[in-house]
Amino acid sequence: MAEAHPVGFQWVMEAKRRGAKVFHVDPRFTRTSAVADTYLPIRAGTDIALLGGVVRYILDNELDFREYVLAYTNAATIVSEQFADTEDGDGLFSGYDPHTDSYVQTSWQYAGHEQDSGSGHTAKERDGAAGLQHESHGAQVSGQTARDETLQHPRCVYQILRRHFARYTPEMVERVCGIPREKFLELARAWAENSGRERTGALVYSVGWTQHSVGVQYIRTGAIIQLLLGNMGRPGGGILALRGHASIQGSTDIPTLFNLLPGYLPMPHHADHPTFDDWVDSIRHPGQKGFWGNARAYAASLLKAYWGDAATPENDFCYDHLPRMTGDHGTYQQVLNMIDGKIKGYFLLGQNPAVGSAHGRAQRLGMANLDWLVVRDLFMIESATFWKNGPEVATGEIVPQECRTEVFFLPAASHVEKEGTFTQTQRLLQWREKAVEPPGDARSELWFFYHLGRRLREKLAGSAHRRDRALLDLAWDYPTHGPLAEPSAEAVLREINGYDVSTGRPLASFAEAKDDGSTAVGCWIYSGVYADGVNQAARRRSRHEQDWVAAEWGWAWPANRRTLYNRASADPQGRPWSERKKYVWWDPQAGEWTGYDVPDFERTKPPTYRPPQGASGPAALAGDDPFVMQGDGKGWLYAPSGVLDGPLPTHYEPAESPMRNPLYGQQANPTRKVYAHPVNSVNPSPPQEHSAVFPYVFTVSRLTEHHTAGAMSRTVSPLAELQPEMFVEVSPELAAEAGLTHLGWAHLISGRAVIEAKVLVTDRLTPLRVDGRVIHQLWLPYHFGYEGLVTGDSANDLFGITLDPNVLIQESKVGTCDILPGRRPTGPPLRDLVDDYRRRAGIVPGERPPTVTTRVRRPAGRSGDGPREKGADHA
Amino acid sequence: MGLRTFIAGWPVYRQLTGTDPLGRGVAAQSGRSAGLTARTETADRVARSVCPYCAVGCGQRVYVSDDRVTQIEGDPDSPISRGRLCPKGSASKSLVTSPLRQTTVRYRRPYSTDWEDLDLDTALDMIADRLLAAREQTWEDVDSEGRPLHRTLGISSLGGATLDNEENYLIKKLFTAMGALQIENQARI
Ligand code: SF4
Repeated sequence: MAEAHPVGFQWVMEAKRRGAKVFHVDPRFTRTSAVADTYLPIRAGTDIALLGGVVRYILDNELDFREYVLAYTNAATIVSEQFADTEDGDGLFSGYDPHTDSYVQTSWQYAGHEQDSGSGHTAKERDGAAGLQHESHGAQVSGQTARDETLQHPRCVYQILRRHFARYTPEMVERVCGIPREKFLELARAWAENSGRERTGALVYSVGWTQHSVGVQYIRTGAIIQLLLGNMGRPGGGILALRGHASIQGSTDIPTLFNLLPGYLPMPHHADHPTFDDWVDSIRHPGQKGFWGNARAYAASLLKAYWGDAATPENDFCYDHLPRMTGDHGTYQQVLNMIDGKIKGYFLLGQNPAVGSAHGRAQRLGMANLDWLVVRDLFMIESATFWKNGPEVATGEIVPQECRTEVFFLPAASHVEKEGTFTQTQRLLQWREKAVEPPGDARSELWFFYHLGRRLREKLAGSAHRRDRALLDLAWDYPTHGPLAEPSAEAVLREINGYDVSTGRPLASFAEAKDDGSTAVGCWIYSGVYADGVNQAARRRSRHEQDWVAAEWGWAWPANRRTLYNRASADPQGRPWSERKKYVWWDPQAGEWTGYDVPDFERTKPPTYRPPQGASGPAALAGDDPFVMQGDGKGWLYAPSGVLDGPLPTHYEPAESPMRNPLYGQQANPTRKVYAHPVNSVNPSPPQEHSAVFPYVFTVSRLTEHHTAGAMSRTVSPLAELQPEMFVEVSPELAAEAGLTHLGWAHLISGRAVIEAKVLVTDRLTPLRVDGRVIHQLWLPYHFGYEGLVTGDSANDLFGITLDPNVLIQESKVGTCDILPGRRPTGPPLRDLVDDYRRRAGIVPGERPPTVTTRVRRPAGRSGDGPREKGADHA
Repeated sequence: MGLRTFIAGWPVYRQLTGTDPLGRGVAAQSGRSAGLTARTETADRVARSVCPYCAVGCGQRVYVSDDRVTQIEGDPDSPISRGRLCPKGSASKSLVTSPLRQTTVRYRRPYSTDWEDLDLDTALDMIADRLLAAREQTWEDVDSEGRPLHRTLGISSLGGATLDNEENYLIKKLFTAMGALQIENQARI
């Protein structure tokens, strides 16, 4: 955090000054480790084993915050008797279908609700990255459940949790992660001690957790700990994702993502959502508790914002104008389709996949096989010059005279040359004022897309084609101003906020959204950002003039709420858990919730409220159900649906690992997304043979002085001077073993690529003793490429493409490689070297690695196809 | 110069008698540096902005003179950053004023070995034509069972995490109306 989010880290230091204990878990000793109380080096890709150890420690010693856990989580809920745990399946849960490498979730449901399984067969959800829809709300589950308040029932969530994590002992943590048990116990003890009525603990993570084939479950494990310790919805608690780009939270909320529409409404699926009603019901889940019950209003209002006058209740608000998903349309599938010649044109908007995405060679070969490419950026980036300067030009794989891609480079306006909002990492929108006009041909994306749309509509005017209706019906008249005819960003923000169609009055909140076409709302969760016709995101009341919650600085979604689920900061009766951790509470005199923050609860619903029989939506939430976006109002220790790779987190080895999984026969995530394409490959891992061909584990991360793929830092001289060269960090022990010298050259080889780097021999990396053997890890920055003031080979070239099944994010925080002294070959011999390694490793291009590697007979879940074995165990 | 003035101008004296006992502020100031004014003081205007790099969202003040950015400082009012900027945020002025920035449209013809110039308006028109052609060639109206698809898989887009919400809103709206589904950004990565 000190390296990649330095200014955010000041608050960790502030907490430390006030007595907080800081733990840093990282494969490499960084600036964060330097000021932490305790640093724990970890084997990359084993965090679930570490966190699972903490869960076990809490449960074994009964250190959970029992009152919170009983009232606010699903600990007491009873699970179906059809459920079988990984304990019985050697790493597989019940319901695994080996034909699709995915689960049928029926057996995971709450008892008596087996038929409620929202997901059924989850292969389709994986292709649609359905996990992302749950960014703002839980998955489908019935509101009324069987509970055992004594937590003794063998099938209550609490007992299932105990059994599931029983094998994550301190000894096992040491064996899997390489963390000595005393250090582990120090962490577990401190975490538990720092939680309860008087204290709260925070968990901070970043892409070191998400970029894994089992990344969502890393975060789930963190969530289980924080729920057990009562650290959710309370000040100083929470699970904080530190996001890496100025508005990446915004680009998830108002998604430029294939499977989502604004506000986490799903993009419709051709088979599941043929009609508007099918689509809406799949979101609002009739009968379920919580605020998604109003989804029809959010959906209708979005379509009304899109298609204006053309969208009416009679035509289902032009629902048929929406494109339909049929499967996986994610960025990696797209790249493979580009290589296969299926994609004509590609837009890159301030993004540089030639350096920043996994498997850089696949990215560049894909771009070299398009009809046309539009690059909009501040600088001439690698993704615009691959046809001229890319590594594949040197190897002869891309010949400029034979490369057909037509490239348009359009200069973009910088952040000071346009106005608009960024949403930062804590859901806070901050409006930026424009300082100057953009230079030359540089334009904002607002300008480019508005005028592109205008032109497309002009060209199509009078078209009778059905396919052109959606463009011609589009509400696309934004006021423009200035010499460049810049569209008004405030007008767009007002549409995002939503307004009353007849009066034009901006809505005050999403509670005012209607399903009858009388409101238009571009992104319902942002509703309120333009309340009273005032740009709330532009508020800048100084921190010196307001309290520590700083509610008048910018605007946070939803409803300017700074801490989500903050009803949980009060006890079930609505009183603060302690004076010290007071945040939001029930005021019996006034008959309303009050506090420092905007209460995340219906303002006048008393703690004693109990829903009438048969209630649904918000009315079904009891006065002590704080998790208002969840289908049962509870924090989920156990996820009966919504998470595709299991109701509980399980340690699996990364897709590429030198080790056999010490915990289960199942080696890697059995539901991970694998692409069997000739350009893609996975280095062998046990129980496959030849894993020793790639004996070392590598991981990548950021330098303080560079930014992602380098387009905004390798081009900026002060930053380029500070970090001028690509390098690899290795331990003295690995340097001795591999014959590497400090400041000399080395090259690294994976099944995809060879890259070279200067060697930095340093104690910041340490060999780990893991399961009786020594594992060497090495570290690379991933910022370098061949354009800019400072250049170097790209670390992401080393990675193959394997994705997390929930969100289709790639595993690019851990892989295996070999490292040799000296510079890499150039020209065609470079590919020969890769081919030689692939031959030795037995890699057949396009072949899938074995998925199921269990050693015992699996329980036949209701939908499994009976016991069977797959994948021999050579370990 | 009298003796008194000479002594009063002596840094050690000022350090011992003045308000700067550590000698790191006014006591160490020379006549020349005392006469300098900061660019921030002479700016024509100041825009309240936000750092464009990571998602911490540090507040920035952008100082402008003669329609040029002359300085970018941390915003001391911000409850997030309290006026601080990290090396990247501090380099923002160098970013926006970098001589390496491209300010004209560049065009590479198929099979060409070099860039050419192209007028922005022409480029926009050519892109619009290519979009319409790609849609026409790859349009899918319905699936094999006659259910609506209303889409093209011939067009892709990647990016958005460094763009404004308002921009992403228009991008998603326009592409969706085009039937272009394959819209992605860094949040997937
Ligand atoms: S100044 Fe540094 S920490 Fe702050 S937003 Fe910019 S990059 Fe992030």
